[in-house]
Amino acid sequence: MQDLLYFSQQLINGLTIGSTYALIAIGYTMVYGIIGMINFAHGEIYMIGAYTALIAITGLASLGVAWLPVILIVALICAMLVSSSMGWAVERVAYRPVRGRHRLIPLISAIGMSIFLQNYVHLAQGSRNIGFPALIEGGVQFGASEGFQMSLSYMQITIFITTLICMTALSLFIARSKTGRACRAVSQDLGMANLLGIDTNRIISATFVIGAALAAVAGLLLGMYYGSVDPLFGFIAGLKAFTAAVLGGIGSIPGAMLGGLILGVAESMTSGYLSGEYKDVISFSLLILILLFKPTGLLGKPEVEKI
Amino acid sequence: MAAQNLKHALFCAFITVIIAYPILGLNLVAEGTSVKLEGANTATVVNVFLAAVAVFLFQVFRDNIMGVFGKVPNLNPLAKRGPVPQEKRLLMERVFFVAIILLALIWPFIVSRGAVDLATLVLIYIMLALGLNVVVGLAGLLDLGYVAFYAVGAYTFALLSQYFGISFWLALPIGALLAALFGFVLGFPVLRLRGDYLAIVTLGFGEIIRILLNNWTSLTGGPNGIGGIPDPTLFGMEFGRRVKEEGNVSFHETFGIAYSGEHKVIFLYLIALVLAIFTLLVIRRFMRMPVGRAWEALREDEIAARSLGMSRTAVKLSAFTIGAFFAGFAGTVFASKQGFISPESFVFLESAIILAIVVLGGMGSQVGVILAAIAVTILPELAREFSEYRMLIFGAAMVLMMVWRPQGLLPMRRIQIELKEQG
Repeated sequence: MQDLLYFSQQLINGLTIGSTYALIAIGYTMVYGIIGMINFAHGEIYMIGAYTALIAITGLASLGVAWLPVILIVALICAMLVSSSMGWAVERVAYRPVRGRHRLIPLISAIGMSIFLQNYVHLAQGSRNIGFPALIEGGVQFGASEGFQMSLSYMQITIFITTLICMTALSLFIARSKTGRACRAVSQDLGMANLLGIDTNRIISATFVIGAALAAVAGLLLGMYYGSVDPLFGFIAGLKAFTAAVLGGIGSIPGAMLGGLILGVAESMTSGYLSGEYKDVISFSLLILILLFKPTGLLGKPEVEKI
Repeated sequence: MAAQNLKHALFCAFITVIIAYPILGLNLVAEGTSVKLEGANTATVVNVFLAAVAVFLFQVFRDNIMGVFGKVPNLNPLAKRGPVPQEKRLLMERVFFVAIILLALIWPFIVSRGAVDLATLVLIYIMLALGLNVVVGLAGLLDLGYVAFYAVGAYTFALLSQYFGISFWLALPIGALLAALFGFVLGFPVLRLRGDYLAIVTLGFGEIIRILLNNWTSLTGGPNGIGGIPDPTLFGMEFGRRVKEEGNVSFHETFGIAYSGEHKVIFLYLIALVLAIFTLLVIRRFMRMPVGRAWEALREDEIAARSLGMSRTAVKLSAFTIGAFFAGFAGTVFASKQGFISPESFVFLESAIILAIVVLGGMGSQVGVILAAIAVTILPELAREFSEYRMLIFGAAMVLMMVWRPQGLLPMRRIQIELKEQG
């Protein structure tokens, strides 16, 4: 019984982290699906989202606003607004001019952008990590009479619900809306979509904006969950989310969700049963193994190389 | 058109304010356990709005500005000239190498100790960049975890000297070969992957190595690193004031000169110089050999190269292994120069810096890579007052370089035959 409780606790922790990885992974997967490049600066966009949310929360607190839903919603809107503007601007400045060149060039440009954004926040906000106030406290406990207590915090519930809402909204948007249809068309064949009168530049910008907005949601959630932010906080999270995107099959949105969850669970199982220090090693090894044995990922379509 | 332009310009200015103001204008200040928000000084806020105005003006007059840029005659005199004949170009390159080696040889005797130390660092970066140039520039494989092989070289020397008392000269080939082995073992499975997947896998590998070094405390000392790495010796002569090992003699006593700490620095510099020249010459040979041609062929068109019967794995693996070998070389020299290493020296940023050197110099071009290594290492030292903006400028330079001059400062020219005009 105790083992089962311990296992379920790890499972819950894993799913919590995993669902935020999935939110970030969507940004990678959508961009890759449409223009075939790895948006290396995406992790930094997520970090900026977390910072903006913290700035908004602190600002509201100093204004005397104390009602929790208002704080959360305002923080969320601010973070999404700043992050998606950032995503838009990054695409405009660093990616659009190099689009269509040799594959390595956009990637190197993205690495440069990632270093730039990290240092931008570092210079403006300092390099120390800053505490994120725990707004949502408490939780439900299970198995109190047994030795090990399993807990499900309200924060974790919030993360699940928010992620679920975002994913549903995104799926509906992609499936039903005009822009969503155009997104799918562009990811199938950019040239053809252009010929058929779709403003592909606008769709590519929209992809970056959507990805950045979801990353900002993840930034707020994970910032609160971990309790602190620092300028390097996006780098590892970005890598993990990219791993999740590849795991699920890059280019596929359900794949990114599945990949995020699997990666999160794998990580928390590692730290629960082996050692917390090696959880990053496990996720990168997982990435290497997936790429070796199933490069298309779990839900990806095989890519046909045309001559 | 004008109205649309104006609308777009307003939008861009608005975005500028949104992305700049919250981050720059509102500072989070930690006070004990709580966080407080402080407005930045007025100068910052004014700058943010000036930036927005600048963006607005640029967007409004974008066509005019771009038009003016197009009309300005190209100031670079080299741009207009046709391709230099091959013999002349080779001669120029040779003159460049000889000149720079001569300068490097007299360098330690005319400058201060600090400058010699810096020059040693430059040489280490030149070795690294020349090695990575094989992988990225010639073979077209984007390796973002190059620093892992550098770490393997450095830690091999540190551990061998700590546990077995092995000297620099023995550790140098062992470190390089071990790094090459790592490159081979990693490369074997991953080189089947396409370009950008390869980049991420190598990045993951680099992180794995760093995390292992950080956490395997019993072997590597974890974040505390390994200290007391011995200096290289010259035919058994030590450079310290006192001889550390039985049976060795010290350099200054043998030659009957007064002890000076500079001897050691200069000696290390000369070793680095010799190794850098060795790296340069070996890679130069490789470039002319069939395997070098195969690297470039595979980079240019993989399908065509494979249909001509090249083994993709063998060719890529050779580039990857050779690149790793020279990183191991550089790592050993680095460990010996610092005398102390820790995982801090082998972070992803280091990989990005080496990559930036290769890209700035012009992928594939050895002259360009050497010049870029010198520039990237020395410029931050010269501009110390801007040191906090160093990485910011560095990142921006990488982006701008890709946008405006992706071929690098001195792009590589391949050996070519031109047809003479008929009649």
